[in-house]
Amino acid sequence: MAFDEMRLDESGLREPYRGYDRWFRQQDPLRLTEKMQDAERVFRKTGITFAVYGEEEASERLIPFDIVPRIISGSEWRKLTQGIEQRVQALNAFLDDIYHRQEILRAGRVPKDIIARNEAFLPEMIGVRPPAGVYTHIIGTDIVRTGENEFFVLEDNARTPSGVSYMLENRETMMQLFPELFRQVKVMPVENYPQLLRQSLSAVKPASCEGVPTVAVLTPGIFNSAYFEHAFLADQMGVELVEGQDLRVVDGHVAMRTTEGYKQIDVLYRRLDDAFLDPLTFLPDSVLGVAGIMDVYRAGNITIANAPGTGIADDKAIYSYMPEIIEFYTGRKAVLGNVPTWRCSEPDSLKYVLEHLHELVVKEVHGSGGYGMLVGPAASRKEREDFARKLSARPSNYIAQPTLSLSTCPILTKSGLAPRHVDLRPFVLVSDRIRIVPGGLTRVALKEGSLVVNSSQGGGTKDTWVLDD
Amino acid sequence: MRLKITHRTEYSYDAPVSYALQRFRLSPRSDRTQTIHSWSLTVEGAREEVRFDDQYGNDTRLVSAENGQETIKVTASGEVETLETNGVTGPHRGFAPLWLFQNETALTAAGPEIVDLAERVGEGNELDRLHRLMGLVREKVAYETGSTDSATTAEQALAQGRGVCQDHTHVFLAAARHLGFPARYVSGYLKLDEADEQAASHAWAEAHVDMLGWVAFDCSNGISPDERYVRLAIGRDYREAMPVSGIRHGAAQERLAVHITVEQ
Repeated sequence: MAFDEMRLDESGLREPYRGYDRWFRQQDPLRLTEKMQDAERVFRKTGITFAVYGEEEASERLIPFDIVPRIISGSEWRKLTQGIEQRVQALNAFLDDIYHRQEILRAGRVPKDIIARNEAFLPEMIGVRPPAGVYTHIIGTDIVRTGENEFFVLEDNARTPSGVSYMLENRETMMQLFPELFRQVKVMPVENYPQLLRQSLSAVKPASCEGVPTVAVLTPGIFNSAYFEHAFLADQMGVELVEGQDLRVVDGHVAMRTTEGYKQIDVLYRRLDDAFLDPLTFLPDSVLGVAGIMDVYRAGNITIANAPGTGIADDKAIYSYMPEIIEFYTGRKAVLGNVPTWRCSEPDSLKYVLEHLHELVVKEVHGSGGYGMLVGPAASRKEREDFARKLSARPSNYIAQPTLSLSTCPILTKSGLAPRHVDLRPFVLVSDRIRIVPGGLTRVALKEGSLVVNSSQGGGTKDTWVLDD
Repeated sequence: MRLKITHRTEYSYDAPVSYALQRFRLSPRSDRTQTIHSWSLTVEGAREEVRFDDQYGNDTRLVSAENGQETIKVTASGEVETLETNGVTGPHRGFAPLWLFQNETALTAAGPEIVDLAERVGEGNELDRLHRLMGLVREKVAYETGSTDSATTAEQALAQGRGVCQDHTHVFLAAARHLGFPARYVSGYLKLDEADEQAASHAWAEAHVDMLGWVAFDCSNGISPDERYVRLAIGRDYREAMPVSGIRHGAAQERLAVHITVEQ
């Protein structure tokens, strides 16, 4: 039996859900079902949709929203934030080291080949030390829970994590639907995330920038699956949303075209992959980026958030070394554990993984969004056999993890509350200090028994509450 | 040897360009083999945007062409005192790790031809093997201008058996890396005995050897560089070490004229 966050069975309600439960019992089930439909209308109106890759019709879908919140107590949250802070400090120290002296490789704590053979290592970043020593400014740490005190980090999304707009919209929707609920239960606010993001980005302005820096959000454009979020964040921060074609190098800076001519940008929150960022430096055919931005960056005239080359820190092969990485740079054991991981590049591990495919989750090292992964227990024999062939052909492209019994949280179904598996992505902002918004994105597998929470694979989301207790 | 160098590059466009960027690695650095006594880089028709050291420590400048420009003229010139070091450039420096120079790049990927060439090098000490490799490259790839272009890979040049100094260098790098040596591309100048004027800059390779550090090999001339050579920029291949590169907007066609003099 999976650990249930609410615990509605005979073992007794968990403390964080007491206030919510009291409210819930007073509700008319019919009214709640109506509210569920209201929620969907709110989302349709605000336009939150996402594109699903690989589907026949490049469809725009609504991510299903469930009205039962995922609730975390203040003390649980404090422990989580300690672990997350430690982790993002280590990630930034690791990035600084990897692009400079590489002490961790010299010390033999991380094998050289895992960096040397990694496509995410960006030579153009060698010797670059961005303001405040921050490489990864915006991080979405994926956390799963398997028991009362058992939390694990599943992924460090240190490149361009998405999903924060859902956190904000979910909260706004909940407050619109159930204003009285927020009077009865004290929930920590997440609404100030855009302001914190702007403060955080401003705090890492280039050393040469005097006065208030100009911040902008760079999007690949409307065809990107997260375009809505890019536009939303720019709007909420009160900064410009720009595309590569709006930008060029002017007077030693990256500048955006405005009605009054070109205006210098000091901090660019880019939601564009490294390879497309600069056609003069990376892919010459890219029309999404800005020619020469890497030159301006190396000259210290712009801050790019997240820095190019941060992928070397959240690569899934690197992930398996995070406990060592954390200890190496912070001098302490990791507060938040890793999920045990088999590196298929190692022959013994590959053998084990091939023999236990039926009980493991196998992921591509560079994959994301649940694409290209195998969930052993849920796969058919044929799917496992097909996957075994891919795995054997390119072992170093894969890692495997045990199928964790993710905690469940109830969702509202036609027949009342029913448990479904969830994970959690808190959003972390790093500048001269670390800010973690109390909350995050809870993703929920809507299918009974399913462990895949990715929105691209039929997952939904919930509002995430951190109690002010 | 005291060398006086002038390197003029002129871009002309058949229609005014709306926007163009050029990146120059045209400023040599003093090192164990050379001392830069004076150097200047002047640009007409474009202005300097930024200057910075790239990941290999090359002095790099980015310039932009002003709107409506039809020509850009770049002149790099100065005086350099060179030393005879028997081709030894010396210990590895900088943050770029040695292993980076063991990784192949798109231009230096080892295909069957490169692997075959590398295997013919045989056994021996590191220096002997690298010298043998240089000899093999020279033997297998005839020097012929116009037979390749800047996008020709090492494998292609070796397969067709013709190329210029860039191709010789790429073939050497690809094979040396296949043999496990860290190896890098050097752009630079060479004082020719027969003439002061040249139409292109030169290129050669350096490989890292345990006791000596970086050692240079000029496959086009079959020698380890001496005091007639001036190092300008380094990288893993031509794309990273090229003295001039750029990007432009609009339909204008670009014509490039290069004029180099290296005099004693």
